[in-house]
Amino acid sequence: MEKTINITLKIWRQAGPKAKGEFVTYKLDNVSTDSSFLEMLDVLNEKLISERKEPIVFDHDCREGICGMCSLFINGHPHGLDAGTTTCQLHMRRFKDGETITIEPWRSKAFPVLKDLRVDRNAFDKIIQAGGYVSVNTGGVPDGNAIPISKIAADEAMDAASCIGCGACAATCKNGSAMLFVAAKVSQLALLPQGRVEAAARAKAMVAKMDELGFGNCTNTGACEAECPKNVSISHIARLNREFLSAKFKD
Amino acid sequence: MAKKQDSASVDTTIDAKVPAGPLAEKWSNYKAHQKLVNPANKRRLDVIVVGTGLAGASAAASLAELGFNVLNFCIQDSPRRAHSIAAQGGINAAKNYKNDGDSVYRLFYDTIKGGDYRAREANVYRLAEVSNNIIDQCVAQGVPFAREYGGLLDNRSFGGAQVSRTFYAKGQTGQQLLLGAYSALSRQVGKGAVKLYSRYEMLDVVIIEGRARGIIARNLTTGKIERFFAHAVVVGTGGYGNAFFLSTNAMTSNGSAAVQMYKKGAYFANPAYAQIHPTCIPVHGDFQSKLTLMSESLRNDGRIWVPKRKEDAEAIRAGKLKATDLKEEDRDYYLERRYPAFGNLVPRDVASRAAKERCDAGFGVGNTGLAVYLDFSDSINRLGEDVIRARYGNLFQMYEKIVDENPYKTPMMIYPAIHYVMGGIWVDYELQTSVKGLFCIGEANFSDHGANRLGASALMQGLADGYFVLPYTIQNYLADQIQVPRLSVDLPEFAEAEKAVNEKIEKILKIQGNKSVDTIHRELGLVMWDFVGMARNKAGLEEALTKIKNIRKEFWTNVFVPGVNADTNIELEKALRLADFIEIGELMARDALMREESCGGHFREEYQTPDGEALRNDEEFSFASCWKFNGEGEDPILLKEPLEYEFIKRQQRNYKA
Repeated sequence: MEKTINITLKIWRQAGPKAKGEFVTYKLDNVSTDSSFLEMLDVLNEKLISERKEPIVFDHDCREGICGMCSLFINGHPHGLDAGTTTCQLHMRRFKDGETITIEPWRSKAFPVLKDLRVDRNAFDKIIQAGGYVSVNTGGVPDGNAIPISKIAADEAMDAASCIGCGACAATCKNGSAMLFVAAKVSQLALLPQGRVEAAARAKAMVAKMDELGFGNCTNTGACEAECPKNVSISHIARLNREFLSAKFKD
Repeated sequence: MAKKQDSASVDTTIDAKVPAGPLAEKWSNYKAHQKLVNPANKRRLDVIVVGTGLAGASAAASLAELGFNVLNFCIQDSPRRAHSIAAQGGINAAKNYKNDGDSVYRLFYDTIKGGDYRAREANVYRLAEVSNNIIDQCVAQGVPFAREYGGLLDNRSFGGAQVSRTFYAKGQTGQQLLLGAYSALSRQVGKGAVKLYSRYEMLDVVIIEGRARGIIARNLTTGKIERFFAHAVVVGTGGYGNAFFLSTNAMTSNGSAAVQMYKKGAYFANPAYAQIHPTCIPVHGDFQSKLTLMSESLRNDGRIWVPKRKEDAEAIRAGKLKATDLKEEDRDYYLERRYPAFGNLVPRDVASRAAKERCDAGFGVGNTGLAVYLDFSDSINRLGEDVIRARYGNLFQMYEKIVDENPYKTPMMIYPAIHYVMGGIWVDYELQTSVKGLFCIGEANFSDHGANRLGASALMQGLADGYFVLPYTIQNYLADQIQVPRLSVDLPEFAEAEKAVNEKIEKILKIQGNKSVDTIHRELGLVMWDFVGMARNKAGLEEALTKIKNIRKEFWTNVFVPGVNADTNIELEKALRLADFIEIGELMARDALMREESCGGHFREEYQTPDGEALRNDEEFSFASCWKFNGEGEDPILLKEPLEYEFIKRQQRNYKA
């Protein structure tokens, strides 16, 4: 049977990248506990629109936990307190009646706020553009079964590749480091023979770009792993370090 | 401008420019004789690609690799977020790695049959032909497909096929294929060969002297309307399923680019062909914003059933009985009963209608009675929970988060939902629309799936178009364009198109009515679901047309959009999309009303066999319906592309024996 709760929301509002932002408090009653967190925000936005006010801007798209678009700090945690969950997969049954919920945008120097809860994550695309690929053109490649790959390596590569690029790791890191994001891609491709060829160059190029874009250094606090909605392991950071150091030694 | 014509007096058939020769040689012959652009000329040619999903990203990357100067537009903040990412189950290819009898011909045949003989033979054969290249390409990019212990690629089964030809990466195949295409695209962006415009939305296509020469797009961050020139325009913006408001599509998935192309002269083909996916999480509340798909791959190991006795179904709906209380003999595995040969793996349209039939007859479960069970207990007993977790872990987790029930212990509840559209912009064999220089790829076009798409074929088609078809066929057009200089965006055609876009936006902002965009969109969605959904009939479709007209009027007189144009304005974005969904909704209803037969995803209640299967009428309806825009407020003109089956014999689809 449907249950409802009444909540108070403290939401960061900011008119534009250069504007001064502030927390605004909203009360929302009769929120169905079956609704998702974003559906709760939809309801709030419909209420604001009915009061002829501008709705709150937040990023979201697939609402199935896979596109990586949603990006909210909820009560101090990226994607909220639930482990292994994106904001869109978080449901209101996880909150109590009468609770005050604080919602902020990603907090990272490299992800400037665009409006309200929406940030600019182009920095992640730039890191991938610096080397997060295998240099093959379309066509002229060998048969898919030409090179056998151990199931263990393929599975581990898949675990790394499950990164959705949401930015929670960098946003939660006290150093603002993007190491988990970079490591996930470096590790995925280093584990596979197709990506092995360029592994050293890739690690160097991606780390250099990360540094250039203003992301901080990694001090192994592990916050990124704890907050990652896809449970990407920091063991991939160890692999990145290995790739990076051995590449540097060879220089 | 489109000339106004009296539709009754026109009997035009359309030529798809299918190359001559035997089916298996058409594509090779085409490639051998088509015109190409030499390397030095490629960098003088600009190509706009709108969309960064599987089709858009693979096309943009491949064209840039060839040397063309590419401008690529993305509605999200990054190309990696395009909705292809949400595809779960897999991608088909005719590799026959399993030695189970697969071949290019069999994949072609299954796709034609699955599409209920309403697709173009030559396109589908080409799709099957290039399917194997896609797997090779993705492996080379580092896509971590599932593998067996010996190190070779693993396969699973999907609906509508008797072979295992589906390659997969856990339940995240779309994600991995998209990230592969995204990495290829990113490499070209890094090299400067692709200029990427993210958070941009195309609002019109610019036609100069009968050819597509650019687009008008809105910067979604600043609201600025901008003009872009190219020698050719490629649109891969996905499907229009969100006309139903509730669908499995992402929130920004829309049909606006299609409507803009349509209004500039591109035919809209088979709009009524929409796919209702059988395995989605049922609707559960008024606040709901979208529906969530549970991959068809689950039907490999899950068995679909409802209670055999109505009393039991009633007790379950009332919460007095649980699914696990029912004994084996009290369960009706209706797909296995009705379709012994294919069982739970019948095509999507068949599975969806069968679920609706049971629920309409009073055997549905869940609070609403609009749900059936998808039960894994047999498989868990046979294979163990670990095996099921390894295969579908992420899907089970997703289900549990949404529904708050553990599907390892209690059967999932599922119900059909709008998922994909087979209809779309008409394209010829070269993927060119009826407007010169305007190409359409992926789900946005109508080409390969006929009246119903088989599972794991959307990824195949998107990547086939983008990697292996368009990069060839577009050169046949561009070879003639090397003399055309880069045109100025100050030309009057650009100015006029931009002016029209600005006027439309101002008109919407000025209405200042009393209904939110979503309120009107929900109204449209209900009409679509009730009358243009899984089962359609003449009276209902006529009623839908009247209701949609009223909704259009309501929108243009009573919508409220706060804010201004020159800023991030999410309500304005939604309003512009809804205006086009209303047009699409009308086209869908019109097309469904015209098509007096049942085929694939289009089921007209008046036309069915005695045991409730879709009844085609090949005599009268063996054509792709192509709607030509005829001016605002005028009825569109129906043109027909005849579908002639030269190489296979049409049959009543049979999944029973």
